[in-house]
Amino acid sequence: MIRFLLKGILHDRHRSLMPLIVITIGVALTVLGHAWIQGVMGEAYTMSAHFATGHLKVMTRAYADEQGQMPVDLALTGSSGLTERLAAEMPEIDWAPRIRFGGLIDFPDSAGETRAQGPVAGYAIDLLSPATREPGRFNLPEALLSGRMPRDAREALLTHDFAEKFAVQPGDPFTFFGSTMEGSLAFYNFTVAGTVRFGSEVLDHGAFIIDLTAGQQALAMQDAAGEILGFFRSGYFDARAAQRLTDRFNSSQPAGTDEFAPVMITMRDQEGMAQLMDYTNAIGSIMVLLFVVAMSVVLWNTGLIGGLRRHGEFGVRLALGEEKGHIYRSLIGEALLIGLIGSVTGTLLGLGLAWYLQVVGLDIGDAMKASSMMVPAVVRTQISATDFWIGFIPGLLSMTLGNALSGVRIYRRDTAQLFKELEA
Amino acid sequence: MKRTMENQKLIDIRNLVKRFPIGDGSFTALRGITLAFAEGEFAGLVGPSGSGKTTLLNIIGSLDTPSEGSVTVLGREVTHLSHREAAALRNHHIGFIFQTYNLLPVFTVYDNVEFPLLLQKGGAAGRKKAVMKALEWVGLADKAQSRPAQLSGGECQRVSIARAMVKRPQLVLADEPSANLDADNSHHILRTMKRLNRELGTTFIFATHDEKVMHYLDRIIGLEDGRVARDERIENTTEDDHPPASGEIGGSELPGEEDFARP
Repeated sequence: MIRFLLKGILHDRHRSLMPLIVITIGVALTVLGHAWIQGVMGEAYTMSAHFATGHLKVMTRAYADEQGQMPVDLALTGSSGLTERLAAEMPEIDWAPRIRFGGLIDFPDSAGETRAQGPVAGYAIDLLSPATREPGRFNLPEALLSGRMPRDAREALLTHDFAEKFAVQPGDPFTFFGSTMEGSLAFYNFTVAGTVRFGSEVLDHGAFIIDLTAGQQALAMQDAAGEILGFFRSGYFDARAAQRLTDRFNSSQPAGTDEFAPVMITMRDQEGMAQLMDYTNAIGSIMVLLFVVAMSVVLWNTGLIGGLRRHGEFGVRLALGEEKGHIYRSLIGEALLIGLIGSVTGTLLGLGLAWYLQVVGLDIGDAMKASSMMVPAVVRTQISATDFWIGFIPGLLSMTLGNALSGVRIYRRDTAQLFKELEA
Repeated sequence: MKRTMENQKLIDIRNLVKRFPIGDGSFTALRGITLAFAEGEFAGLVGPSGSGKTTLLNIIGSLDTPSEGSVTVLGREVTHLSHREAAALRNHHIGFIFQTYNLLPVFTVYDNVEFPLLLQKGGAAGRKKAVMKALEWVGLADKAQSRPAQLSGGECQRVSIARAMVKRPQLVLADEPSANLDADNSHHILRTMKRLNRELGTTFIFATHDEKVMHYLDRIIGLEDGRVARDERIENTTEDDHPPASGEIGGSELPGEEDFARP
């Protein structure tokens, strides 16, 4: 009997091909859609974490209240001691002190007079320590378009677009003007070591990267840092663990109103990240749900049409002595088989497409030129374990459910009625 | 061993009434039918469209149930049969031949004929032997791997006969089996069925208004407006009375009891 049913599936294209195509496409789109959302948002989160938020961040209470303004005057003092303490208490986290600041860059002409000036966002990070992981977080080796990495505290990296705008080459000098931690004027000479492009319009618009020690010197922030970022050594943000560590750290701080006491926050607590994460998760779930519902409706209809088309066959089978229940069960069995094949094919197809987009990526740089979001210019899918079942299970269930529902109509019909339809 | 006709009651119908609901009322298709069929009969229900032939055939075949009265088929009262019991009765004891053949188009001739045996869950070797024998009876052994779409109407109906007969039923119900066939093919299939009736003792009941079928019948039951208008036996009608048509079908010796194990 199983051989008989398999022959039916193989030879009757209306019975198998259309549902197979629907399931394959639906499942493939679900897998691809999920991998796409994971990839785009994952890269955006990673970029945000690496450049701005970290997985965890320690700063003063006052700095935390105004961190959007990059207020170096509210920075943490004794940052090296605090970093060592954090490293000892939380070995699963890699800690990186940073200074984010704003200012003006002055490019001189050959006579030393101002040739051009432009506003920049500055990043003082650990570029020069032997074991530093900061260049990797900023993707600097890959982002370097001209020149080389800085070799000492007097050298800086400029974003390529900014450098081009002011016709600056590696080796050219410039002066940074800003405000010190104490509020006085800061000016500091650097040499352009190289130019970089991050692939994010927000950053590429105008930024420069210097070593942390240079930042501390330029801004008069000896043993101080605007913030100390923490990164899980696994590379992945673990919201529960982050919250647990944050609670532990903050509870160990003295209670009171000292606005310069350190405070720790998680990535979710920064710059609306919690809402963004929840929103994108919800959007992702809705997209998958829509795919599944649409697929179920189409398959239900396919099942109904197939069932109606096969009333004649069912009538014959009844007349030849097959039980209604057996016909119904065979219908479900066929649906399971077709659903299984379609789900496997769709999952493989979806994973294949997702893998291609994960490797090659899709350049949306032009579309994001006017965006202020920290989104990579080349977005990629990200295949995760979820992709192996997120389309597979709905594909299988929707096909089976569609046929089960359409089959009920047949099952409830009088034998005589089916037989009359056979003769009609 | 060929079975002999016996005059035992195979079907006993008493005061059968069948009503179909239509809107708030009902339509009465059969009005107090009382009939009996003995084993080995070659009988026909004849009458115009709407006279109740097919309805009566469906009730005998346990595809439908009476509104009133009783119908006993092979010792079983069909009114009280569950779906499962009715299916078992049809599967083991009743064969159906349809006007439009109703072969399963995606399957081969062999698969179509094999299907009733698959439901009986017999061994593969026994099934193969039975199917090929049944196809030999109707002269289509060489078409076993053909699809119905590749066959003529007459050949399709012969496959339908093989499918009805492959399980060696005691009763075959044929609803207008010649309606879609030309004269030659009609005679072919009727001669085949007559031969099966005579040599295997299978009871055949037709629903027909085809004059060609009536010439082969041993018994004609006329239905009019759901009532039996006449019931007459015809003694001298056999297949030998009819001229052989061109392209004689079948010719295979019919199988003995040893070829098929009736469940």
